[in-house]
Amino acid sequence: MKEQLQKDFDNSIKNLSLSQKDIEIKKFCLGNFIAKGFPNRKEEDWKFSDLNQIIKNNIGELSFYNDQTSTNKVDTSVFVDGLEHNKIVFINGRIEKIDFEYEKKDQIEIIDQSETINEFKNSNSLSDLNNAFTNKCFKILIKKGYQLVKPLIIYHTTNSKIWSKNINLRLNFELDKDSSLRLIDLFNDTSEKNFLNIFYNFELKENAVLKNYKVDKFENKNIKYSFNNIDQHKNSISETFILSSGSNFSKNEINCNLNGVYASAFVNGVFSLNNHKHHEIRSIVNHLTENTKSYQLIKSVLDESSKAVYQGKIFVNSDAQKTDGYQLSKAILLNKESEFNAKPELEIYADDVKCSHGSASGSLSEDSIFYLMSRGLSYQQARELLINGFLLDVVEKITDSEIKNLIKNMIGIKE
Amino acid sequence: MDNRQKEINNLKDYKYGFSTDIENIQAPKGLNEDVIKFISNIKKEPTWMLEFRLKAFERFKVLKEPDWQKPKFPKIDYQDLYYYSAPKSMKDKPKSLDELDPKLLETYKKLGIPLQEQARLNGIAVDAVFDSVSVATTFKDELTKQGIIFCPISEAIQNHPELVKKYLGSVIPTSDHFFATLNSAVFTDGSFVYIPEGVRCPMELSTYFRINASNTGQFERTLIIADKGSYVSYLEGCTAPMRDENQLHAANVELIALDDAEIKYSTVQNWYPGDKDGKGGIYNFVTKRGLCKGKNSKISWTQVETGSAITWKYPSCILKGDNSVGEFYSIAITNNHQKADTGTKMIHLGKNTKSKIISKGISAGNSDMTYRGLVDISSKAKNSTNYTQCDSLLMGNKCGAHTVPYIKNKNSESNIAHEATTSKISEEQLHYCQQRGLNPEEAVGLIVNGFCKEVLQQLPMEFAVEAQKLVGISLEGSVG
Repeated sequence: MKEQLQKDFDNSIKNLSLSQKDIEIKKFCLGNFIAKGFPNRKEEDWKFSDLNQIIKNNIGELSFYNDQTSTNKVDTSVFVDGLEHNKIVFINGRIEKIDFEYEKKDQIEIIDQSETINEFKNSNSLSDLNNAFTNKCFKILIKKGYQLVKPLIIYHTTNSKIWSKNINLRLNFELDKDSSLRLIDLFNDTSEKNFLNIFYNFELKENAVLKNYKVDKFENKNIKYSFNNIDQHKNSISETFILSSGSNFSKNEINCNLNGVYASAFVNGVFSLNNHKHHEIRSIVNHLTENTKSYQLIKSVLDESSKAVYQGKIFVNSDAQKTDGYQLSKAILLNKESEFNAKPELEIYADDVKCSHGSASGSLSEDSIFYLMSRGLSYQQARELLINGFLLDVVEKITDSEIKNLIKNMIGIKE
Repeated sequence: MDNRQKEINNLKDYKYGFSTDIENIQAPKGLNEDVIKFISNIKKEPTWMLEFRLKAFERFKVLKEPDWQKPKFPKIDYQDLYYYSAPKSMKDKPKSLDELDPKLLETYKKLGIPLQEQARLNGIAVDAVFDSVSVATTFKDELTKQGIIFCPISEAIQNHPELVKKYLGSVIPTSDHFFATLNSAVFTDGSFVYIPEGVRCPMELSTYFRINASNTGQFERTLIIADKGSYVSYLEGCTAPMRDENQLHAANVELIALDDAEIKYSTVQNWYPGDKDGKGGIYNFVTKRGLCKGKNSKISWTQVETGSAITWKYPSCILKGDNSVGEFYSIAITNNHQKADTGTKMIHLGKNTKSKIISKGISAGNSDMTYRGLVDISSKAKNSTNYTQCDSLLMGNKCGAHTVPYIKNKNSESNIAHEATTSKISEEQLHYCQQRGLNPEEAVGLIVNGFCKEVLQQLPMEFAVEAQKLVGISLEGSVG
């Protein structure tokens, strides 16, 4: 893999107009990645999902160079109907379109930041890989007091032009004081065997509100890793919802830093898996100052040899008195071969806090099925109704009604 | 303050902190094959036992000290320790208690463990382990009548080699982790219990461990076998003198329950925890593992952990037999600069297996406490259930309380439920108690005892009273 990395790296550098210093930094990151390789099960955070092995088994040899000089045609049929929205379109990892047609142009600034490097505190080798190979990176700045009229949908599309490739993406968002953003990440893949490595960074200033929805619904054979870092200041609110269903393997990492008083973070997620899929959500909420709040709810329905992993951590600093932290994960195993692993973790250094977590996994309750069948439903109907109710609980947590309906329709959940 | 006064003050905090001035036989300092041969030789062990030790030592040489645990500690120099230390008077084994060195009797009397005939009214059979040897076992005759074997493991190796050979290392093999392997190589003494088929042990069996010599590691090994349909309740207590250096205690405990057997294992661990500034204290790195080998067997661990500078142990149950049950009840209290990383592993292999985990952690002062546990339900363990509850209580904002559970469910017909909470003692509760005339320390003691009640109830009567007192003492000075 080392020669391939080196060769592809040289190729991608050639097409970029970077200063010598930036090239050095990228080279340094590449060196780090070559030294560490893909994360494997020996690393605590990857204990339940050995990415190195998964890539080896599902993709084999990866290549890292993407020719991004020519444009791709934007296929408008993937756009969401019935919901007016702003768009950012990625096709095969290349930004094809940024369109804020519904918004006041002077309130949103798009800054090209291609040369800057992400420095995440809990960086793993994938952030080095991302830093070495991303060639376009934008920062979207929402100015003071501006609240976006329509949601922003980021389309991630891959098509048959790429195969066995690693795609690296990066976006930065800054929400200035009193601003708000609703964001949907939507995946549409018609390619196979690619590894997507996505890093987002959000900065929420005072009173900012971020609603962050990730939808991976459509069946595909890709492997995805997504890392979201959310820094929150005073009074800001972040709400994250993850629908984890379509890809062969997917790992979503959410890292929330509650830096300002009265900041709150919500992380909710649904795993709906079948057919040997293996998905993971790892959330870390760092309560760094007093009077902060977090709430997490993850529910999984696992069928046909699928495997879901949830690793959630609530960290409470010794300054963070009056913290309120809650975390719950529940799983239904429908099939003998399916598997649910959880590691809900609390790390607490302050005494005046209220923190709790719960985790439960098991089968569908036979009693409930019997109850419904005795009222005239077939076994299949009873099962569907119960699963529907089980998942509805999480979807109902979405605070934006427009998007809630959209997601309900996508999963096929009824009220 | 002169030294004498200082000593008296210290003893007030940890009343078992005295040391006994007694002549010792020690193995040469350091860890090598010769030392292992020395230990094996002095215990007159057969060759298979020496081979067992040497095999473990071979493996130990390639192992690295683990570093994933939360409490970090300075590197231990394994060559700077004595691996064997015994009172000289024990060289020619005394035949009865009357021949025992009066100094030893005095020590145990001071610790509140009556070894002499007249004091044995409380009906508990005791095996007393002093540094590396077992000094006395009481009630032997009565137990022998029922066919129960309760003796030091070094004696069992001589007298019951077939049992020891069959079961020693069957739950904790010589190829296990770093400290367990070290123990397999150099273990000195400990208890051996065998309960024959269908016998319900008429009294509580108990071992009392005492570290006395300085610069010594204590490596005891306990093996308990409950044959078909038998029952035994076993207690373990431990103390050590106050010293400024840290001492290592790496024990291995193996439990084996055959069909329909039940083993109840209770520990009140009160090793010297170090002084208020975190100087000295015992490193308690213990491997405890129980195997529910037969159908309908049950193993239950109860522990009250108040001592040690660092506690690092996970009493585990391997639920291999169908319908077997594993239980774990724990109270862990850390104060001053103590650190604890403790919890359990429940490994479900058989059908219809059940496990229950109740863990209560209390941290005060500058201490740090972690619950770390694993619940693993394998794909064959149909219809298994687990219930886990871990609650932590924090006193003050300089301490930490952490919960790190690993939950693996590979079986769709099995259920796992886990819950954990962390909070502090509420102002209202404190106010209520104080209003009724309790001082703040008594109030905290009362509330903490209530918090721990679920676990304290699991202990045998005599122990429960002791443990309740210990809970109060450990938290002294942590309020206000």
